[in-house]
Amino acid sequence: MTATREPILSVRGLEKHFPIKGGGLIKRTVGAVRAVDGLDLDLYPGEVLGLVGESGCGKSTTGRAILNLQPATGGSVVFQGREIVGLGRKEMRPLRRDIQIVFQDPYASLNPRLPVFDIVAEPLIIHGLTKDEAELRERVRTLVETVGLNPEHTNRYPAEFSGGQRQRIGIARALALEPKVLVLDEPVSALDVSIQAGVINLLEDLKERLGLSYLFIAHDLSVVRHISDRVAVMYLGKIIEVAPRDELFDRPTHPYTQALLSAIPLPDPRLERSRQRIIITGDVPSPANPPSGCRFRTRCQKFAGELTDTQREKCLTVEPLLESRGEGHTSACHYAEATKVL
Amino acid sequence: MSAPADPLVVADDAAVSDHPGQKAPSAVVVRGRRSLVLRRFRRRRGAMVALGVLVLMFVGAFLGPVIYQAITGWTYSTQDYTAFLQPPSPDHWFGTTQIGQDVFAQTMRGLQKSLIIGLLVALISTGLAAVVGACAGYFGGWVDRALMWGVDLLLVIPSFLVVAIISPAFQSAGWLVLVFLIAIFAWMITARIVRGMTLSLKEREFVLAARYSGVSSAGIIFRHLIPNMSSLLIIDATIAVATAIIAETGLSYFGFGVQPPDVSLGNLIASGTRSAFTFPWLFLFAGGLLVATTLAVSVIGDALRDALDPASSRAGGTK
Amino acid sequence: MGRFLLKRLANYVVLVVVATTLAYIVASLALNPRSTYEGRNPPPPAAVVEQQLTAYGVNDKDPLLGRYADWIGGVVLHGDFGQTVRGQDINDQLGSRALVSLRLLVLGSIIGAVVGVLAGVVSAIKKYKVTDRAITAYSFFFIATPVFFTAVLLKFGALSVNDAVGSTVLYYTGYETPNLQAGFWGHVADQVGHLILPTLSIALGQIAYFSRYQRNAMLDVMNSDFLRTAEAKGLTRRKALYKHGLRTALIPMATLLAYSFGTLAVGATFTEKIFGWHGMGEWLVDSITSQDINVVATVTLFTAVFILISGFLADVIYAVLDPRVRV
Repeated sequence: MTATREPILSVRGLEKHFPIKGGGLIKRTVGAVRAVDGLDLDLYPGEVLGLVGESGCGKSTTGRAILNLQPATGGSVVFQGREIVGLGRKEMRPLRRDIQIVFQDPYASLNPRLPVFDIVAEPLIIHGLTKDEAELRERVRTLVETVGLNPEHTNRYPAEFSGGQRQRIGIARALALEPKVLVLDEPVSALDVSIQAGVINLLEDLKERLGLSYLFIAHDLSVVRHISDRVAVMYLGKIIEVAPRDELFDRPTHPYTQALLSAIPLPDPRLERSRQRIIITGDVPSPANPPSGCRFRTRCQKFAGELTDTQREKCLTVEPLLESRGEGHTSACHYAEATKVL
Repeated sequence: MSAPADPLVVADDAAVSDHPGQKAPSAVVVRGRRSLVLRRFRRRRGAMVALGVLVLMFVGAFLGPVIYQAITGWTYSTQDYTAFLQPPSPDHWFGTTQIGQDVFAQTMRGLQKSLIIGLLVALISTGLAAVVGACAGYFGGWVDRALMWGVDLLLVIPSFLVVAIISPAFQSAGWLVLVFLIAIFAWMITARIVRGMTLSLKEREFVLAARYSGVSSAGIIFRHLIPNMSSLLIIDATIAVATAIIAETGLSYFGFGVQPPDVSLGNLIASGTRSAFTFPWLFLFAGGLLVATTLAVSVIGDALRDALDPASSRAGGTK
Repeated sequence: MGRFLLKRLANYVVLVVVATTLAYIVASLALNPRSTYEGRNPPPPAAVVEQQLTAYGVNDKDPLLGRYADWIGGVVLHGDFGQTVRGQDINDQLGSRALVSLRLLVLGSIIGAVVGVLAGVVSAIKKYKVTDRAITAYSFFFIATPVFFTAVLLKFGALSVNDAVGSTVLYYTGYETPNLQAGFWGHVADQVGHLILPTLSIALGQIAYFSRYQRNAMLDVMNSDFLRTAEAKGLTRRKALYKHGLRTALIPMATLLAYSFGTLAVGATFTEKIFGWHGMGEWLVDSITSQDINVVATVTLFTAVFILISGFLADVIYAVLDPRVRV
């Protein structure tokens, strides 16, 4: 995937801060949870960008901020050449046809009181995309078939479907408006491994056939490895490494990425037992009070073990920016070093 | 769809699709919620009995007097000067009062009034509670605070008192004013409960999805929030019918609601209470019908709640 | 928790003031005390009527706000609730009537709530068995039955009991036998005999409501995951229920308790009228028919204060039960 094309989605310095209110009778803002704190990424047409990170690093918030579902508190999101941050509901409406979201929880993402037909039809009705009842039925039928379900069952309620099937319904709903970009917020995390495979295959198939781009948010590295073209790693509200998939898994340069990858279990027991594990110590710092300089330094194995004191000074005071380490590969570390972990 | 070579895809859909690769027949049959709910309701015998009782009440109240007049010739306003304080007989099915009025005709007329009042009040108050509660919960902020303050205010106002004082002044306007007065004071607790449920519902992902699709606030409230509270609203509406009927009879009992010569179960029970021990038919029929009606309504409400809740196992689902 | 309760208390006080004010205004506008004088034969001279009405603070020719200020001033500063439409001092009757009503209300609500909650819990635990069906049938019946009907039915029952026993065990008029010559315990027994029926009239309905709601709350808790976890940890079903489940299930009951006092007060009014108890409720009904503004306002104030106190107690219970409130 060369980077000479124009990105369809371009995020610069995205910020989403949640105010912490304290004080007695009169509530004042005493601080902020900086869930997303200066995030940059690009999504190119036709590719899958995987966004990984620990729980609580701000992945879901990023997804929702990009969509303006939770309005960002700062930064810029340019989608198809238009700035999204700051747009009102009315202005967002036409744009939302081109970028859609698939949620994580198949049990909560469908209205339990509507039959599946209504759930998939709703976006079509709201945006007035069909002329009459017959066309609506036809479109819904096609959508349901596309995700691998039987259209005869659309008069049933979500409660009568399994988790995997419900997720497919969610995907069908997302596809109703024929978007160009899908933001998938941990779409398979709530499913069994075997069902995950089915849904992932469906997603890949759809991407090919409909020419979609995905922002695939997940915490499961093996899933990300399977479906992504490029991968971005997030820590405490910022992107700390981006690379093409194979490049990232072969030559991670950021200590955090290296630690993450070293935690992936290997199928070969002999290899698994003999490998060198990188253990990160400590807890994730509070997003309301991120560490100065490099955010990862409080848990960084490099910081703790390999650096001299003068080198550590830099980590303490200067925040590392994303710098190029090769073709399409950037990471934010003062002492980045490519290491083979897997 | 690509060929079902992936066994996992087939396995996932095996329960749903028999022929994963084939094109389904072109007609999509949308059966809709209503028939599913009705089917579940019909399976509860107790509820069907209660429904029967309620239908009987309605028929009796509205057709009864007509039939009765054809058979015996008595209406609620005529008096039989040859029969004062007679116990039930073929001529006067429920007996007569001190001044010779036919108790059956009177009771049926009173039942009419009470039934209509009960239904109207329940509809108005539940509707009001649903809208106010959902708006308060969904919009939050000052809308929420203002609405809830209003709710608290109405809760504290002694409703019985206010209605008792005001309604005689509106006597000339008829009993519809009574309906509104009772309804105004009946919706508050439900509104609070609705608000609570809205608060938890609105963060659910399907609401987010709908908001994202561009559904308007009104659409979200009426299509996504309120239907998911329907079981709560239904039970509440039915309890409201019962409470409304009781409220009206209570007011009429003291002379504040429906006034004579207009008849309601309330003032019938009131005039019957005085002689309840010696001439029980003056009291028992009206009271008995009252209890039967409210009981039937409550049982129906309970069954409806089970029928509407897709997850309830008592409902006997479609699986 | 302290702050939570203080806020609630302040809220209640405001509501009491508003309720009383509204009652006074509505009563002043809708009732017509003048009519008590106009109906008399021979009619008293106009000047005397005006003077009397003004003296009692109920003259509709005097400005409303002025009358209200006078009355409220009297209440707040002197504890004087004014005079009835016939010139009697309200304060005289206030004490005894309040006690009479309170006896009924407190007993009725405590019995209703405690027995109701227990019945609901039992009903949920023995779901669908005979006990549950019986309790459910009972609740349905008594929710559907208005207090005045229950009261008369109870009277019927009392008569048959009295006949069977041979003497008057259950009284259905008044709250004590006048001129009773008996020792202390004799008096107590007498009072209890008079209390049973009216209290039952109120309590039976309350039990029905509470048991129904408690049953639902209990069922929700019983099916919950945290209870299963408790059992998985090794607690017996019963211990898990009582230690973990009950507390959670009781929380909505505290709110229900608070809101039930309004209906309780109304129910008590019926009961007082039917059993001839001279309490606040009876006073209220009588005062509406006799167009007595000051009494209406006074009784409203007392009812509002009663609801306030009980609502506040319910909030305390709620705060004790629900640790989330103690933030």
